[in-house]
Amino acid sequence: MIDNIDRALIVATQGGLPLVPRPYHAIAEQLGLSADEVMQRLRAMLESGVIRRIGAVPNHYAIGWTANGMTVWDVADDQVDALGERIGALDFVTHCYRRPRALPAWPYNLFAMVHGASRDECAAKAGEIRALLGDACRASDMLYSTRILKKTGLRLGA
Amino acid sequence: MREIAIPQGDFLQGAVDRKILAKLQGDFPLCERPYAEAAAQLGIGEDELLQRLQRLLADKVLTRFGPMFQVEAMGGAFVLAALAAPEARYDEVTALVNELPEVAHNYRREHALNMWFVLATETPDGIAEAIARIERDTGLAVHAFPKEREFFVEMKLAARL
Repeated sequence: MIDNIDRALIVATQGGLPLVPRPYHAIAEQLGLSADEVMQRLRAMLESGVIRRIGAVPNHYAIGWTANGMTVWDVADDQVDALGERIGALDFVTHCYRRPRALPAWPYNLFAMVHGASRDECAAKAGEIRALLGDACRASDMLYSTRILKKTGLRLGA
Repeated sequence: MREIAIPQGDFLQGAVDRKILAKLQGDFPLCERPYAEAAAQLGIGEDELLQRLQRLLADKVLTRFGPMFQVEAMGGAFVLAALAAPEARYDEVTALVNELPEVAHNYRREHALNMWFVLATETPDGIAEAIARIERDTGLAVHAFPKEREFFVEMKLAARL
């Protein structure tokens, strides 16, 4: 969990780090902390998983991943966890989750994101997932994204 | 980490931009001059790295440069949700949904459920509140797909153009 100072640090950095030679000093000054404390707390949040990583967050369309498909699968309940682990281990899958179905409109309980420079490439990757699921898969679909409507990441209120 | 091969091309401004994309999606140093340290690893100067990051952000090749947070690890919640927006109202509904700071990402997708967004809230209760507000503001039903199990998450894609 986080305390008020961590929270203030999150609010100060959630839009990005200052692009100045000493960014942690700039944040420290803004928050009335020492730069050492800022770095220490960021390091602690990295270790606890509150921060996944620090670095560049690309717009994946802009860097050539123009086809982005959310593959969704209706997988037998007694096999979905074991198969989900195997799908998640595929090197081209960036996210893989089990989620609840929303019947009757939405029969799918396994979600895996695939990316490519073309839809054919995504379809080939979906085909590999399909082959791995075998008879445990009853239905599937792939929802391509056609527009990023928003991509700000977390925004806590100041 | 999971990296995908980097095909050659000219989309980005040369090999240095591609290297930034390949090497700087994580592990940004926590030290007094982190840009200088990262730049040295890339074989460029601090000024050049700062300028390139500024340009990549301005050109929207990068959406952000900084920490990526995991809201669940801080006691909050993170839920995928979707709605079916009528085509004639798509832009209006987009604006209503995006207005909420709790909406971290939002994508248009090809399906009857044509708007898929992620809600990130500081407390677990925030999710239901945000969904109720979107339903009230748009008059549309929101389907929530909370994760029941996570098998893999690592969104690090190398530049491929």
